[in-house]
Amino acid sequence: MTRILGEPILSVDNISLAFGGVKALANVSFHVREHEILAIIGPNGAGKSSMLNVINGVYRPQVGEIRFRDRAWKRMVPYEAARLGIARTFQNIALFKGMSVLDNIMTGRNLKMRSGLIRQALYWGPNLREEIEHREKVEHIIDFLQIEHVRKTPVGRLPYGLQKRVELARALAAEPTLLLLDEPMAGMNVEEKQDMSRFVLDVNEEFGTTIVLIEHDMGVVMDISDRVVVLDYGRKIGDGTPDEIRANPEVIAAYLGVAH
Amino acid sequence: MLYREAGQFKSSYAEDQALFPIRQDRYGMLVLLAIAFVGVPLFASDYWLTAILVPFLVFSLAALGLNILTGYAGQLSLGTAAFMAVGAFAAYNFELRVPGLPVLVSFVLAGLVAALVGIAFGLPSLRIRGFYLAVATLAAQFFIPWLLVKVSWFSNYSASGVITTQPIEILGFVFDSPTRKYLLVLAIVCVLALAAKNLVRSSIGRAWMAVRDMDVAAEVIGIRIVRAKLIAFAVSSFYCGIAGALYAYAYLGSVEPDGFNLDLSFRILFMIIIGGVGSILGSFLGAAFITVLPIFLDVLLTDGAHLFNLSLPAGVTSMAQLVVFGGLIIFFLIVEPHGLARLWQIAKEKLRLWPFPH
Repeated sequence: MTRILGEPILSVDNISLAFGGVKALANVSFHVREHEILAIIGPNGAGKSSMLNVINGVYRPQVGEIRFRDRAWKRMVPYEAARLGIARTFQNIALFKGMSVLDNIMTGRNLKMRSGLIRQALYWGPNLREEIEHREKVEHIIDFLQIEHVRKTPVGRLPYGLQKRVELARALAAEPTLLLLDEPMAGMNVEEKQDMSRFVLDVNEEFGTTIVLIEHDMGVVMDISDRVVVLDYGRKIGDGTPDEIRANPEVIAAYLGVAH
Repeated sequence: MLYREAGQFKSSYAEDQALFPIRQDRYGMLVLLAIAFVGVPLFASDYWLTAILVPFLVFSLAALGLNILTGYAGQLSLGTAAFMAVGAFAAYNFELRVPGLPVLVSFVLAGLVAALVGIAFGLPSLRIRGFYLAVATLAAQFFIPWLLVKVSWFSNYSASGVITTQPIEILGFVFDSPTRKYLLVLAIVCVLALAAKNLVRSSIGRAWMAVRDMDVAAEVIGIRIVRAKLIAFAVSSFYCGIAGALYAYAYLGSVEPDGFNLDLSFRILFMIIIGGVGSILGSFLGAAFITVLPIFLDVLLTDGAHLFNLSLPAGVTSMAQLVVFGGLIIFFLIVEPHGLARLWQIAKEKLRLWPFPH
């Protein structure tokens, strides 16, 4: 795998986030370079998901700044983050249960749709053209993730692994520059994990998408990521290539386990 | 055997996204429309037109409005009748105070006024949801009829706020007979139902359903929740407003604010629960069911009593209606929360494969 990593596209500076007395994140800084796959690891409750939530504006940190491409902000709302090109998936599948696979993925493109209410009510001419144009893009993603056979199925009826894939498809539909994946392989068997890893790598390679993912499976993390950031109790205790992380004594102590 | 899509190939996304991609559905709809527009006016009696079909269509429209808000956007509302009242009184006032204004224009304006009122009472939905929102929409339900009685300007200073609607005249053509009124209502309902169907399969419809199913994910994907919710309130109230105007102009002829009470709101809510929450077809099925059921029960009980030579005490039929309604609501909530529309859908899926099980 030889990919050219670009300049830092996202930098997180000195982020601190507290819920009442609970410090979820303390002074965390790291950066992500363009086209990179960065994994965030850490024990349960280390603040990994909180970190993603800070990046795309679901949580607002008390201290610190986020810089994404040429914009910097202290506070962000999810809508703006999405417009800037940040998409994400959730730890617990957050699909729209009442909608079909196709509609779920089409929803990922809502941001790019311009037709007004009246045009939508007519569903003719410009609106129909727009719908079909986006449908073509969506079909490309459906094809890419190999979910053609379920496109009209309500997502609630799909098995878990496929639902995860649909969620990835929905995030991809927005054509993000930065993709945040919160435990994309949680609860999957080995085969499904292999498939998912392959898809993550393919997305990175084919679309050049920068990826930040949280994952617990160390094998997967070490295999697919360019760099790993380790959080423990809201602090960053490691940052480096998989090999460096494997050798980092603090990380081993906190997370991988230490021989007594 | 009749309902097969074998051999019908779709070769473009436009065909796949058509309203009725299956040929049999397309023909079925055409036949239904032909019956509604040609057959019914030819054969139906005045009683059927005025007492059953017109209210059925008007309630379908109101149920459609509520279904957009509750079924698609997931915002429970108990203020449907109030928004209908706004539509009825707004149309009356536009006709009264702007001489020469075409009736259809007044209806549209009345819908828009109702939409504005809907947005105002939809504002609490930005902070509260579910049960609490339902209680907040009760504010509309109590405030609006009260206001319409209290400020007698709205009813042109008539006693107790009763308004008698002006005759409906479009381009010199007076809609005075039951058949004409029925056709007018039918045309309006068809156009608005088609528009609603188009909205729910476009980006705004997906935004509504996304907000309904998982609002955090919707926000993260770039849907402006505030906007989606307020548009849902506006569109829903627009439909209810026009339904209210038709209720006054084409069905009753004279209405008072107290007619648009909580009872009516609940009736419309029952329609969408029985018909199908989150389904355009369901709005019609539910309205049909609730409009026709009382008549059916009435006939059944009276004739049944005659058959067995019983004399039922007065009031038994109306009470039986309530019992049956109550029972059905519970039945649908437990057994089929998606209502008659889902039953229809299941039937169609089975029919596609019949006589094979898979």
